[in-house]
Amino acid sequence: MTRPPRRPGGSLADALWRRPGLLAALLLALPVLWLVVVYLGSLAALLVQSFYALDDFSGLVVEEFTLATYAQLFTAANLAIIQRTVLMAAAVTLASAVVAFPIAYVAARYARGWRKAAFYLAVMLPLWSSYLVKVYAWKLILAKEGILTWAFAKVGLTPLLEAVLAIPGIGGNSLSVSYIGTFLVFLYVWLPYMILPMQAALERVPTNLLDASADLGARPGETFRHVILPLALPGVVAGSIFTFSLTLGDYIIPQIVGSSRLFIGQAVYTQQGTAGNVPLAAAFTMVPIAIMGLYLWGAKRAGAFDAL
Amino acid sequence: MKPLLKTCTAAATSALLCGGALAQSAMMSVGEGEGQVNIVAWPGYIERGETDKAYDWVTGFEAETGCKVNVKTAATSDEMVTLMNGGGFDLVTASGDASLRLVAGKKVQPINTALIPSWSKVDPRLQDAPWFTVNGEHYGTPYQWGPNVLLYNTAVFKEAPTSWGVIFEPQDLPDGKPNAGRVQAYDGPIYVADAANYLMHKQPDLGIEDPYELNEDQYAAVLELLRGQRQLVGRYWHDAAVQVDDFKTEGVVASSSWPFQVNTLKADNQPVASTVPEEGATGWADTTMLAADVQNPNCAYKWMEHSLSPKVQGDVAAWFGSVPAVPAACEASELLGSEGCKTNGFDNFDKIRFWRTPTAKCADGSACVPYSRWVSDYIAVMGG
Repeated sequence: MTRPPRRPGGSLADALWRRPGLLAALLLALPVLWLVVVYLGSLAALLVQSFYALDDFSGLVVEEFTLATYAQLFTAANLAIIQRTVLMAAAVTLASAVVAFPIAYVAARYARGWRKAAFYLAVMLPLWSSYLVKVYAWKLILAKEGILTWAFAKVGLTPLLEAVLAIPGIGGNSLSVSYIGTFLVFLYVWLPYMILPMQAALERVPTNLLDASADLGARPGETFRHVILPLALPGVVAGSIFTFSLTLGDYIIPQIVGSSRLFIGQAVYTQQGTAGNVPLAAAFTMVPIAIMGLYLWGAKRAGAFDAL
Repeated sequence: MKPLLKTCTAAATSALLCGGALAQSAMMSVGEGEGQVNIVAWPGYIERGETDKAYDWVTGFEAETGCKVNVKTAATSDEMVTLMNGGGFDLVTASGDASLRLVAGKKVQPINTALIPSWSKVDPRLQDAPWFTVNGEHYGTPYQWGPNVLLYNTAVFKEAPTSWGVIFEPQDLPDGKPNAGRVQAYDGPIYVADAANYLMHKQPDLGIEDPYELNEDQYAAVLELLRGQRQLVGRYWHDAAVQVDDFKTEGVVASSSWPFQVNTLKADNQPVASTVPEEGATGWADTTMLAADVQNPNCAYKWMEHSLSPKVQGDVAAWFGSVPAVPAACEASELLGSEGCKTNGFDNFDKIRFWRTPTAKCADGSACVPYSRWVSDYIAVMGG
């Protein structure tokens, strides 16, 4: 019996087998390169930029360390932008959680077979079409002469719509030029990102715990508060990270549907684009990063990741 | 020396650029084409008949000169500046709020107008325009210009509004209803100039002479006007398509706009028209500028010459809703028609204050409010 002839591939395989570290290095080289250079590198560049400042006279960026750009974030107009964005992100996240929970619960507990497939399809379907098309479609739905106004008029609820739009602060001339409109579109666009992790978490809640809770005399509300919600919390937090951070950074929806009052994403876009003020744009970008950092830290302290 | 100084300061960035411009040497003759030319252009500026067969001013040029035209479209002036900073392009159709930035950044170079036979046909009003002529040198050839018109709904306005006041001050429109919520303004900081232009006539005692050169007092008054306008505006327009939509479904009846939206709405049979009110208007003028690191200079010069031919100029104007830089074009294009130039604003040149980037130092050397403050303050106005 002769040994099979060795091929170059064979010696490579041997080398990899003898030195497992080499295999790991080869496999990880590309992702690590991407993560460090492209991802962390650009973040670092951003951080550095935010410590520069724009010289008003020449319109050029002065590459000297200064905190002046960060100080600009605290002017009234810029603080208003940050406050507006954070409030919107919080409202969208809370509303997503409330809307998504029953959907995720039914899907996790009761949907079986083809119904489950239909559920996934229904939740994912909006993600298949272009984001821009959806936003423009919503603009038409919410317009002053749009479908919603027409529907309200048909059922005689126009005064209700007008009363809602008359609320100072969040109201406006029509749904599509008010914060309410922006909120509704955000809610629609990010909802799948809340439903899916929530449903995954709810599926992992053991049914026997619910039975045990009932056997011990807990009412459904108590079971929900003391058993389901704590166990499903990682999913809720995961979903809220998506909806919160996506709302913090978006700059397209508030431009198409809304009252032209800027959100952080738009401020970044304007400052780095039209104004050429990259330092201020970078400083603005640091705001969502800082907020998300705090948010994740808080979620961790609350034990949201313990179950992972 | 004085006009030289003036252009340099207007160019706005620093004394550096005057020296830099002189250092470059212009071409002396146009030779054989290199086989291609790369152009950064506004969408719709360079058409090869792909959208509509009738609108094609590229195919003939390619056949005649052997220069293949590669177009990279850019949606904003800033995108153009960014693309040119990246390099690799021969020409760019820059607007007045980008052209001087490109000159200052040394991304474009002076051209030798003697190599462009059609130069003499260029509208004399544009030949030495300050947005592309620095220190007596021309950094490109004028391409098209146009006004920022007042677009209005003819069902509400039986007669054209005579003043921009309808979108700046609270009042009842001819249909008896207030204008609040039914007017729009542009969401770019350059719109501050529109307000300044209005105040120039409304409050002559402010002493505004140029809407792009505002001192602190004038600037404060302009911001005050804009804050008042915020109460009237439901949404500022940014995207031309969104504005068209807002006129159709959002009940907007008057706004600053471009001929493009006017033509689009008219094509959809909407009851609209446009006018340049008595205060005049702001406007844009685009220049085909030659890149400093041009790779295909011969083809680039051939394109600049081609771009000034009356037929091309007229066709572009018809397609884009702009005014040609060559007056002969007004009679040379069937697409534009005999009235086309007039419709798009040819006679309004003197009423137009063309876009420029405001700088910290006015032409007369006094202190002005620079563009970076326009940006931050306009954001504050919109957020108000």
